[in-house]
Amino acid sequence: MRRLLITLLVFALAGIAGFFVLTDPRVVSPGPEIGTLPQPDVENGKLLFAAGGCASCHATPGQDDKTRLGGGLELGSPFGKFHVPNISPHTRDGIGNWGTADFIQAMAAGVSPAGQHLYPSFPYTSYRLMTPKALADLLAYIRTLPAVEGRAPPHELPFPFNIRRMVGGWKLLFFDGAPFKPDPTKSDEWNRGAYLVQGPGHCAECHSARNSLGAIVQATRYAGGPDPEGKGWVPNITQSEDGLGKWSKSEIAELLKSGFTPEFDSVGGSMAAVVRNTAQLPEADRLAMAEYLKSLPAVQGPPRPPKPAAGG
Amino acid sequence: MIRPVLVALGLAIGVSAVVAQSNPIAERKDAMKSVGAATREGAAIAKGEAPFDAAKVQGIFKVYSDAAKKVPALFPDNSKTGGETTAAPKVWDDQAGFKTAFAKFEADAAKGAAATDLASFRAAFGDATKNCGSCHEVYRIKK
Repeated sequence: MRRLLITLLVFALAGIAGFFVLTDPRVVSPGPEIGTLPQPDVENGKLLFAAGGCASCHATPGQDDKTRLGGGLELGSPFGKFHVPNISPHTRDGIGNWGTADFIQAMAAGVSPAGQHLYPSFPYTSYRLMTPKALADLLAYIRTLPAVEGRAPPHELPFPFNIRRMVGGWKLLFFDGAPFKPDPTKSDEWNRGAYLVQGPGHCAECHSARNSLGAIVQATRYAGGPDPEGKGWVPNITQSEDGLGKWSKSEIAELLKSGFTPEFDSVGGSMAAVVRNTAQLPEADRLAMAEYLKSLPAVQGPPRPPKPAAGG
Repeated sequence: MIRPVLVALGLAIGVSAVVAQSNPIAERKDAMKSVGAATREGAAIAKGEAPFDAAKVQGIFKVYSDAAKKVPALFPDNSKTGGETTAAPKVWDDQAGFKTAFAKFEADAAKGAAATDLASFRAAFGDATKNCGSCHEVYRIKK
């Protein structure tokens, strides 16, 4: 009997030790090799800032200047309430003290300069496709923006989601830290579009259904699903009948520029903010994104909930 | 034979018109669809795919201002759900802001009616259609 207890204790301790080792940010998601980077290209950083939609979440709400990245937006989720942090170059409240390596580690590995896991509500799961050079360009651009004072309140997450170590386990299951690899059998345009859609554009983060642990269900990637923020339904953007199957490449590019669908409906909700960002990209980039989206195989998304009776 | 069919058809049209009138969700959807159709014509002109035509352009802005006048009243309290509406709860939480947004749309449309050439049309059309996205962003959920 005593032997059994000791054995169990040993197993339990080994399990806890294993959890701690495996969920260590340095083990589960080491930052990429940076190497020597050339002088940052601020213009490219500005383009990536638009493509990445950084301002849509990080700009201070309730004012019009989208370059004031004071944070504070409240982001709902099934796991609790996130408060988007300040990423302005303010040295105390923002990321003004971050070095390039810190920034790359946060964007590509989801680890803060203090060595803690970041929650995947911040889509590093997509941003990690950007190369260290691209990320250094992006940081150089953010450093040209105004420093904004003030911090957002801490996230409001119930136990156990408030334990950041849990994110280590999540990463173990769902996080792939590899950067973008171009497909040499495809055109340059397709590869550019694939990079923009999958990486900085992080389209799949909203346009995919998620499992009970909040990870994207790979089988229905891009096939739409319930809005993770709680209201409405995010459309399917694969080539299925109810997705973008009937849309031409130029119609997709037009939506990314003006927000108009082929029926001249104008997109709403958070897609309106996305369009404000993609409208700033060169036309060639919007067409490249459309080229890639036209190549996505038709996938049926999760079924929509039954519609309530009309007129009520 | 033809007469009963015509009568039935007439009745059907009459009945559906009455139903549409008593159904604010369907009515506001139709009004928005007419705005979309007008925008399709306007976009063709702005892109140079269709010739500039002052009468047509005025027609487009008339559709806008008519919709701007009519639509805000089509959101009574009993039309928050149903009919596949994509109206956001914010429409009712922030009636003042919602009405202000339509007033701005109407004012921008009125400016556009004065367009006399392609350049002035493009500028006014661009300003007026910016209202679509900015209003949908706040007052409409994803569908």
